[in-house]
Amino acid sequence: MSNTKARQGQPSEIELNRRAFRKSRKQKSTLVAVLSTIGFAIVAWLSLVNTPGWDRVQQSFFDYDTAVKALPHVLDGLLLNLRVLFFSAIGVLVFGLALALLRTLRAPIFTPIRLLVRGYVDLFRGLPLIIVLYLVGFGIPGLRLEFLGRIPAEVLGTTALILTYSAYVAEVFRAGIEAVHPSQRLAARSLGLTYAQSMRLVVLPQAFRKVAPPLMNDFVSLQKDVGLISVLGAVDAVRGAQIEVAHFANFTPYVIAGLLFVLLAIPTVRLADYVTGRLAKREQAGGVL
Amino acid sequence: MSELGPMILNVKGLHKSFEDKDVLKGIDLELYRGQIVALIGSSGSGKSTLLRCVNLLEEISDGQIFLNDEDISEPTINQDEVRRQIGLVFQAYNLFAHLSIEENITLALRHVKGLSTAEAKAKALALLDRIGLADKADEYPDKLSGGQQQRTAIMRAVALEPTLLLLDEVTSALDPELVGEVLELIRDLKAGGTSILMATHELTFARDVADWVVFLDGGVIIEEGPAKEFFGNPQNPRTIEFLQRLRRRAGDA
Repeated sequence: MSNTKARQGQPSEIELNRRAFRKSRKQKSTLVAVLSTIGFAIVAWLSLVNTPGWDRVQQSFFDYDTAVKALPHVLDGLLLNLRVLFFSAIGVLVFGLALALLRTLRAPIFTPIRLLVRGYVDLFRGLPLIIVLYLVGFGIPGLRLEFLGRIPAEVLGTTALILTYSAYVAEVFRAGIEAVHPSQRLAARSLGLTYAQSMRLVVLPQAFRKVAPPLMNDFVSLQKDVGLISVLGAVDAVRGAQIEVAHFANFTPYVIAGLLFVLLAIPTVRLADYVTGRLAKREQAGGVL
Repeated sequence: MSELGPMILNVKGLHKSFEDKDVLKGIDLELYRGQIVALIGSSGSGKSTLLRCVNLLEEISDGQIFLNDEDISEPTINQDEVRRQIGLVFQAYNLFAHLSIEENITLALRHVKGLSTAEAKAKALALLDRIGLADKADEYPDKLSGGQQQRTAIMRAVALEPTLLLLDEVTSALDPELVGEVLELIRDLKAGGTSILMATHELTFARDVADWVVFLDGGVIIEEGPAKEFFGNPQNPRTIEFLQRLRRRAGDA
C-alpha cells in the first residue's frame, strides 16, 4: 500500500547496493532450499525402494491396478460422506449455537435449562463417538417405532454426529461469546437494545469472528469422522473401500479412501490457517477483534 | 447561572453496595435541562458507579432516581425503555468493532428507534459530518484514532436524542493531544442544549463548561457548587487537597 511505497525520486547509491545484496542473498537461499529438498527426496525414495520387503508392501498397499478398479466405488461412497458432512455441519452449527445461547441465559427461571445444557455438554464430550453411533444407529431402529418407518443408516449416523459435535461446538461458541469485551454489551444495552438484540446484533457477530479458527478445526475433525458412519452399514467411502478390499484381497482401496479424505481436508486446513493468521494480524495491528 | 429549566434528573439518597462494600453512601443530585454537571473525585470515589446506577446498569441498594419526574428505580419499570432515554459513553471500547463507523450509529437508530435504513443512514451521515468524520463513514473503528472513536461514540449516543447524556471519563484513555477535540464536541453539545452528567478529570474544562460541580470522595458528596465558586473558593479541606494534587500533576506533565 501507500505506506510501503519508496520515497519520491531516485534511491541513493548505497540503497541500490543494499537491494542488490539482499536480492542475491535471497536467490542463494532459494537455490539451497530447492537443492536440499530434491536431494533429501532422492535419498528417501532410494532407501525406501531398496528396503527388503518393499515389493510386498507395494503390492499390498499401493497396487496401481487395484487402485484404478476400486476408485469408482470409493468415490461413489465419498459422495455419501460429503452429503452427511453437509447436513451434519449445518445441524451442528444450529444445535451447538442453541446450546451455547441457552447456557448464557442468566435469569433464575432458566436455571433448569442451564443445568440441563451443562449436563448434556459434559455427557457428550466424554462419550466416545463410536458408542453414540452404536446407540443411535442400532438402538433406535431396535426400538421398532412404527411411526418412524425404516430410517436409512446415513440419517442415523448424521444424527449421532450432530449430537456429539454440538457439545464441542457449544463450548467453542460459549467461549467466543464470553470473549467479547463486556463494554460492547454495556454499550449495546445503554443504547436501549434489548438483551436479545444485543446478543444478535453486537455480541454474536463478534463472537463468530473470534471462534472461526477453532470452529474450523472442529470441522476438519468432523470431515474425517463422517467416515465412521460405515460401522452402521452405510455404503460410504470407507465401507466401499472395505468391500473392494475383500474383493481384491488387497489393501490399496483403504489407502485410496484415506488419501481422498486427506485431499478433502487440505483446503479446510489451509483456510483455517489463513483465517487464524489474518485474525492474529488484525489483533497485533491494534484492532479490537 | 441563569434561571433553571425543568429538572431532568433527581437522585435522592442513593446507596450502592457491592457485597459488603459500600460504594455510594447517600448521594443527592439534581440536574436541570441543558446543564452540564461534572462529577470529580479520585478513582474509586464512586463516580462511575453513580453513572451506571443512573443508567440502570447496576441495581441500587437504596434511594430513588427520578428521570423527568418518573421514578426509574422502581423494579417494575421497563429498563430498556429507560436506557433509550439515557445515553452512556465510557472510557474505551465503546464502538462496535465489527461494524463500520456509520453502521455503529445506524444500528440503534434502526433497531431501537425503528428508522428505515435510508433514514438512519442520512441521519448518521449528518452527525458524522458535524464532527468532520463523514469521509470515514465506511471505516472500521480500529482505523480511527482514539479521539475520533470517542467522538463517534458520543454522536452515536446523541443520535438517539437522549433526555440525558452520561459521560464516564470519556477522555481518560486518550492521548493528551486528542483530548481537546472530544472536549470541544461536548462544548458544542451543551451549546445545542443537551443535558449532560459527566465524570471527568479535566478540571479546566469543568470550570469553563460545567454549570455545577460535585466532588465525590469515599462514596459521599464532600462539596458541590456552581463551577466558578467551586474552583475559585473551595471550602472543604479535602476538596482543596484534591484540587491541589490534580493541579500539581497537571503542572508536572
